[in-house]
Amino acid sequence: MSEPKLDLSAPISDEVKETTCYMCACRCGIRVHIKDGLIRYIEGNTKHPVNEGVLCAKGAAGIMQHYSPARLRKPLRRVGERGSGEFKEIEWEEALDTATAWLARVRATDPHRLAFFTGRDQSQALTSWWAKEFGTPNYAAHGGFCSVNMAAAGLYTIGSAFWEFTEPDWDRTDYFLLFGVAEDHASNPIKKGIAKLKERGAKFVSINPVRTGYSAVADEWIGITPGTDGLFVSALIHELLRAGKVDLDFLLRYSNVAWLVIDDPGHEEDGLFYLGDMGRPAIWDRKEKSVRNAYDGDGQPALTGEFELPDGRKARPAFDLLRMRFLRDEYRPEAVADQTGVSAATTKRIAAELAEAAFENQIELDIPWTDAFGRSHKKTIGRPVAMHAMRGISAHANGFQTCRLIHLLQILLGTIDAPGGLRFKPPYPKSLSSLPRPSGRAEDVLRNAALAGPHLGFPTWPQHLLVDREGQPRRIDKAFSWEAPFAAHGMMHTVIANAWRGDPYPIDTLFMYMANMAWNSAMNTKDTIAMLTDKDARTGEYKIPHIIYSDAFASEMTAYADLVLPDTTYLERWDCISLLDRPISTAEGPADAIRQPVFEPDRDVRPFQDVLLDLGARLGLSAMITREGRPKFPGGYKDYLTHHHRLPGVGMLAGWRGAEGEKTVQGETNADQIDRYIENGCYWYDPLPEGLQYYRFFNRDYLVYAAKSGFVTSTDPIVLNVYAEELQRFRLAARGYGPFVPPKEHKDRIETYFDPLPFWYPPDLVSGDPGDEYPLHALTQRPAHMYHSWGGQNAWLRQIQGDNVLFISHKVAEQHELQDGDWAWVTSRHGKIKVRVKPMEGVNDHTVWTWNAIGKRSGTWSLDPQAPESQKGFLLNHLIEDLLPEQPGQYRYSNSDPITGQAAWFDLKVRIEKAGDEGIDVAEPRFETVPAPPGVEAAASKSRYGAGFRRKS
Amino acid sequence: MTSLPKEPPTKRLGLVIDLDTCVGCHGCAVACKEWNTGGIAAPLSDVHPYGEDPSGAWLNRIHGYEVADGPSESRTVYFPKSCLHCENAPCVTVCPTGASYKRQDDGIVLVDEDKCIGCSLCAWACPYGARELDPVDGVMKKCTLCVDRIYNEHIPKESRVPACVASCPTSARHFGDLADPESDVSKLVAERSGFDLAPEQGCSPTNKYLPPRAKRMGAEVVNEELEEPAGGFLGWLDKALTQLGGD
Repeated sequence: MSEPKLDLSAPISDEVKETTCYMCACRCGIRVHIKDGLIRYIEGNTKHPVNEGVLCAKGAAGIMQHYSPARLRKPLRRVGERGSGEFKEIEWEEALDTATAWLARVRATDPHRLAFFTGRDQSQALTSWWAKEFGTPNYAAHGGFCSVNMAAAGLYTIGSAFWEFTEPDWDRTDYFLLFGVAEDHASNPIKKGIAKLKERGAKFVSINPVRTGYSAVADEWIGITPGTDGLFVSALIHELLRAGKVDLDFLLRYSNVAWLVIDDPGHEEDGLFYLGDMGRPAIWDRKEKSVRNAYDGDGQPALTGEFELPDGRKARPAFDLLRMRFLRDEYRPEAVADQTGVSAATTKRIAAELAEAAFENQIELDIPWTDAFGRSHKKTIGRPVAMHAMRGISAHANGFQTCRLIHLLQILLGTIDAPGGLRFKPPYPKSLSSLPRPSGRAEDVLRNAALAGPHLGFPTWPQHLLVDREGQPRRIDKAFSWEAPFAAHGMMHTVIANAWRGDPYPIDTLFMYMANMAWNSAMNTKDTIAMLTDKDARTGEYKIPHIIYSDAFASEMTAYADLVLPDTTYLERWDCISLLDRPISTAEGPADAIRQPVFEPDRDVRPFQDVLLDLGARLGLSAMITREGRPKFPGGYKDYLTHHHRLPGVGMLAGWRGAEGEKTVQGETNADQIDRYIENGCYWYDPLPEGLQYYRFFNRDYLVYAAKSGFVTSTDPIVLNVYAEELQRFRLAARGYGPFVPPKEHKDRIETYFDPLPFWYPPDLVSGDPGDEYPLHALTQRPAHMYHSWGGQNAWLRQIQGDNVLFISHKVAEQHELQDGDWAWVTSRHGKIKVRVKPMEGVNDHTVWTWNAIGKRSGTWSLDPQAPESQKGFLLNHLIEDLLPEQPGQYRYSNSDPITGQAAWFDLKVRIEKAGDEGIDVAEPRFETVPAPPGVEAAASKSRYGAGFRRKS
Repeated sequence: MTSLPKEPPTKRLGLVIDLDTCVGCHGCAVACKEWNTGGIAAPLSDVHPYGEDPSGAWLNRIHGYEVADGPSESRTVYFPKSCLHCENAPCVTVCPTGASYKRQDDGIVLVDEDKCIGCSLCAWACPYGARELDPVDGVMKKCTLCVDRIYNEHIPKESRVPACVASCPTSARHFGDLADPESDVSKLVAERSGFDLAPEQGCSPTNKYLPPRAKRMGAEVVNEELEEPAGGFLGWLDKALTQLGGD
């Protein structure tokens, strides 16, 4: 029998366009093959520094996202009651006129009355700048409910962060600890990295209450009790200190452990560093028996003991305080085992393994370098221990200090930006002095004027807070107030409730972009929805008078907008992954990228970035108009990418600057810059010489390069901040010292949590112990195929997962006589949901969990109203309080980390009980079906996508 | 009934799938669907893609299991499954129309859709459950090993591998000639004790699976517990500082 003749070498496509993926926050390089005007295939760009050709499930499913029936098609104006989903299609001119009228009035009367918050926005360098030019202090993206604990703890401790500014040295590490990661922003790099570890036989330990995904391939899974990672790390530190297994040389050279801390209880400088010559911190020289400038880089610093300062006060090296804390019996592995759920033997063994990996297998690279004190090093020394941590650490009310504990462990082992350890990605590290302070105090906000400075920053003194004279918040989200002094990413999760309550003040317009705040991005979702539709009984007006929302899809949030500005898909826009924002750099060097439109939109939609610039020009924002009053960037965002200058010579893109494209990072405008990017696969990547790739916080040549590039403001070394004096300054304020002190109700909280040395505390110290009635921790993970994406509506991805169940341990299943598929009620002190359960092995016995954001509201996303996402799928959000329980006469805090304001999603405690046969098999609570907005097409009942390509080939 | 090639193909092109590094991300499954819905076996249809019970034809699916390693230990395993391009392919011999066939040149098992009557006998015969009937077109779909990629001169040579292999972020998928003992895949199988899935079925599958590597649980560590240095912590510190200071 003859085989059929096959054409095995048919042309794949008519055209290939390279761009940057936007199916999550990973931002891989992709190549989009186009055939007959349709997407034939999306593949990874093999040359791209992020993904080197690989692609995840989301990236490959981009076709279905681009052709989603849920795409909005035209601007919409609300005609029914808010939330009814009744809209009328309008022209862009009317939409922009309406928005301009609302916004112009706000700007002319009180810019505070605009709250502009963006969700999965990857153009924060633009959106933040626009908000600054508008003049409202109320701007942030979604970091406050995502991972600000990681970003802030990193930047306040090591000048960089797990978040997106570092990566483990996958090629050299021999021991890798992964804390609380199911999936992460760097989704493909982590997968590629784990493959390298496995290939080399490095040991991989995953610390996570749930064993899925990455944890499944770990050598060792430690199913820790949620919120106790910091306690486990403290016990590791205890063990390492006890045995003298710390890198003293590294600590003395690069950290502030030897600096003298004033011991002067009851006085205004207690706990601050003693400043000697030229206002520099000092050490105690063991040999000279006197204080000495810490920045000399010489001398023989003492690490323990109490010493008398020249002014007669007493002081101790920071290390002595650290030693006294962590050698305490309460951190013995035996003492913490019950709370962490990790046996003492395991903790001791992990400590021993860490010590062995770090100190018995030192890496020596033949890379000479010179440190910031001019000491030359013949070799680059490394310790092959690396760590990464993310959401499981971040989403607790002890996340900031827990993340600092992990950094402390790394510093003690000498494994920061060293070969084999955690490597920094330029433009990081940055010193706290190089980072901005937040703007938004009363004097920063003027009618019809730009905000004085950037919205988000890093307070180092109480006077940097955005509070009024009485110490009350200036921002609608209360970021940078005494409630959350280091809220470096804002607190988007508090905006709707605060605006509804008029606390600290009412607003006029809520303007949001790509943020599903009426659903899975809100805590206390049900009440949040009610707040969006609540009216003032007296005036009959909505409590939040205007809501403008921009998104590409008909999400749950769309129904709550008064004005919908339809955005494009990621394949229909110019975009920019800028060094000014969250770049795609690697440890080897800086990188940035653009998106180019692969298609023109076939609907009456516009890229949000173009719309913002248009609105800015209509509002007459001076940075967006010419002297003649015409739009300054008539070509929209593409125009802006090329021609906008943030500072002289600094623009959105770092590659091919200068008239001939001969300069990098800084340089004048290059009219052809975008073309150079397109020719290069839509990215720019500048690997640095080897000598600039390690110890960058202290590497003289790197610091000179970084200062020249504008990454840092001076070539001073970035001293590893083991003892964070910045925290102590706030504590002293709480003790009443200095001109800026917190209102009485905040004093205890600041005193407790602003400890300059990292420490562990149970999250319910912040949130209040819910008691034995709620014995189980409840948390969520995002599946790898939907992390940071809008994947739930995707025709292919939802076939992989269309609903979710609550996973419980077999022990919990037995206790409550629950079996696979049973319905159960899950109750927190805040709410109650009905869900299906599934027992499993790989989960901490005190924990239940589910996949997040699978549950959808019936009628949204162009899904059938009976789709499993809305019938069986559910959100845990209904159980999570946005405000901590009211205490009579006390300030009511949001459910957040007391230092950074990070949303404490994972501090949820619940109880579970088997549901009776009281109803039909659907998850509860139920919500009314939302009608699809006009113009949004009905979904087809079948798809033969791609059939046409075959016929034609 | 349909015959297998009279002489065994000289090449045995197939996949080697590493269960040690598969994290169950589904990247390969979607890349497969994406390539093949527009490729030589197009389309891979979907029914009710936005409806109550979405389903569709997939050539590669990932299954996740919890398995017991011992009395008290368990582990989570992700197991990607697609056609194994068997030497003794029962799906071919069972086919009443000659639609299912195994290529003489390279051993890839394909379906000639012009001859397929959608009777599903092949799917029943496959012990691995690796075939799926297209829910719209009613013809049998299965892994093509991206036969329209691996020989395609429009694709750069280094990328002429199946879509699942090109996309896999953890390098858990390898492609090559398993008849050639010198090929990278054959060496990998030899080194890592690659195994056949359900060998007792007698299908002699071409694809191999690599078992999870032995886990480093800490048995190799020199000391199970760190020892306190002589003189205690302060004694150690003093000595260490003295050594650093060189005095």
